[in-house]
Amino acid sequence: MADVLLSIRGLTVRYGSVTALHGIDLDVAQGELVALVGPNGAGKSSTLAAVSGLVRPAGGTVTVGGVVVSGLAPEKVVRQGVALVPEGRNIFAGLTVAENLAIGATVRRHGVAEDLERELERFPILRERYRQQAGLLSGGEQQQLAVARALMSKPRLLLLDEPSLGLAPRLVDLVFETVAQLHREGLTIVLVEQNATRAVALADRTSVLRTGRIVRSGTAAELGGGAAMAAEYLGEAS
Amino acid sequence: MSEVVQALVNALNLGGLYALYALGVAMVFGILRLVNFAHSSLIMAGGYTMVFAAGLPLPVRLVLTVAVCVLLAVLLELVAFRGVRTAAPETMLVTSFAVSMLLASLAETLFGALPRATDVDPVFRASWTFGTVYVPKTNVVTIVVVAVLIGGLGLFLTRTPTGLRMRAAAEDFATARLLGVAANNVISLAFAISGVLAAAAAVLLLGANGSVTPSFGFNAVLFGLIAAVVGGLASLRGAVLGGFVLGAASQLLQEVLPAGLAPFRDAVVFATVFLLLVVRPQGLIRSGQGVRV
Repeated sequence: MADVLLSIRGLTVRYGSVTALHGIDLDVAQGELVALVGPNGAGKSSTLAAVSGLVRPAGGTVTVGGVVVSGLAPEKVVRQGVALVPEGRNIFAGLTVAENLAIGATVRRHGVAEDLERELERFPILRERYRQQAGLLSGGEQQQLAVARALMSKPRLLLLDEPSLGLAPRLVDLVFETVAQLHREGLTIVLVEQNATRAVALADRTSVLRTGRIVRSGTAAELGGGAAMAAEYLGEAS
Repeated sequence: MSEVVQALVNALNLGGLYALYALGVAMVFGILRLVNFAHSSLIMAGGYTMVFAAGLPLPVRLVLTVAVCVLLAVLLELVAFRGVRTAAPETMLVTSFAVSMLLASLAETLFGALPRATDVDPVFRASWTFGTVYVPKTNVVTIVVVAVLIGGLGLFLTRTPTGLRMRAAAEDFATARLLGVAANNVISLAFAISGVLAAAAAVLLLGANGSVTPSFGFNAVLFGLIAAVVGGLASLRGAVLGGFVLGAASQLLQEVLPAGLAPFRDAVVFATVFLLLVVRPQGLIRSGQGVRV
C-alpha cells in the first residue's frame, strides 16, 4: 500500500456499558477514498468521533501521518490535519456564512484568503449568501457550508459523516459530485454513508461495519458491486 | 412629566444593575451551561478588595478590584469547575453552590460577619436637581458604566476573532472544538469577563450601600439569575433585556403599589416572572436560533 495517512489499530469505543466499537483495524492510504457502510448502530459514526477526538477511545490507537491522535482533544486533532463534517452538519445557525467559514480557519495562520476564494468558487451559493445568517440557509446549502467550513482548515484527512442524509435527490447528486471532486484533488477521505450503493461505487475501498466490527473490506468489485453488497450485507432494497 | 423622568432614571439604574449581574451569570452559562452561583463570591471579593485598598487612590483601587475579581474567577474555573466540566449539570450546579458557600464562610472567618464600611467616591453621595427632578449621581454613574461595559462586550464579541470563537463556542461547543477552538482558553476567557462584570457590580453596589458583608452579592446574583432566566439564560442579549425588564418592573411597582403593599414588591415581581415562564418557558429570547449577541 502507498503511504498510510490514517492508521487505526484495535480501536474500541464504549458509551457507559455499551460497546460501540470492538477493536477495529483500518488503514487509509494517502489520497484514498474509503467508505464505511453498515446499518444504524454499526459503529460508523463512533469511528469518526474517535478519530476526530469527539470521544475518547476505551482502547486502541489512531495515528495520522505517524502522529498518535487518539486521546487528544478535538482542537488538537484538527491541528494534525483532520477535519470532520459531523452528521447533521452542525453549522452555527446564529452566525453568518462568512463567520462560519472564518471559524473553520481557526487553526490557520497563512493563505486563508486564497482558500476562502477557492471554496466560494467551489460552492457559489455560499458567495451569494455570504453575509446571511447560516440558520436561514436550506438543508443543501447548510451541507455545502459544513463541507466548506471543514475545508477551510486545509485538512490532510476529511471525515464525512452521512453528508447526504435528509437531502433531496438532486442535492445528494451534488454532495457525491463534490466528494468525487475532492478525491480527484488528492484529498484523503473517509466517507460514512447510509446510501451504501453510491458510496461503494465512488470509493476506492469500502469497509462494512456491523455491531461494532468490520465484517468485510474490499473494492466495489471484490464486494460484488455496490448494489449486490448492499443487498447482501445491509438488507437494502436498492 | 418630572415624575416620569425621575422614574425612568431610577428604572434605568436598577435595570442596568440587574443587567450587569445577569450578564455575569449568562456569560458563563452560555459557554459552559453552568449556573454559576459563585458569581456572588466574585462580587464579594471585589467589595472586600475595595475596603482593604481604602487608603489608595481610586484608580488604583479600581484596578486592584478588577484584578482580584478576574484572577479569582479564572482560579475558580481551574480549581473547582474544570474537574466537573463534563459531569451532569446538577453536579456543576451543586459545585457552584458549594464554592459560593465556602467562600462566604471563609470571608466570615477572615473578615468577620459585621459589615465593613468604606467610601468609594464622593460622587456616590452627590446628586443633581433639575427643577423637581432629583437625580443621584450614583444612578448616572451606574447607567454610564453599564452602558460602556455592555457596548464594549458587544463590540468584542462581534468585531474580534476571539469574540467570534466565543460566540461559536456558546452556540455549539463540541463543533467549535472540532474546528480548532481551544476549550480551555474560551472557558477561561468567559470566566475572566464575568470577573470584570463582577468587579463593576461590586464597585457600584458598594458605592450605593457603603459596606460589604460575607453575603455581599448573594441578592445581586439571585436577581441576575432571575433576569437572565427571564431573558433566556443562554443569550447575552436576553440577559441585558431581562435585566432591564426586571428593573423597570420593580421600579414601576414601587411607584404604583399602594403604601401598604410596597413591602411585597419583590413578591409581586417574582410572581410575574413565574407567570411569564409558564407562558414562555424559554424566556423572552430563545437561544440557539440566531438571536445571541
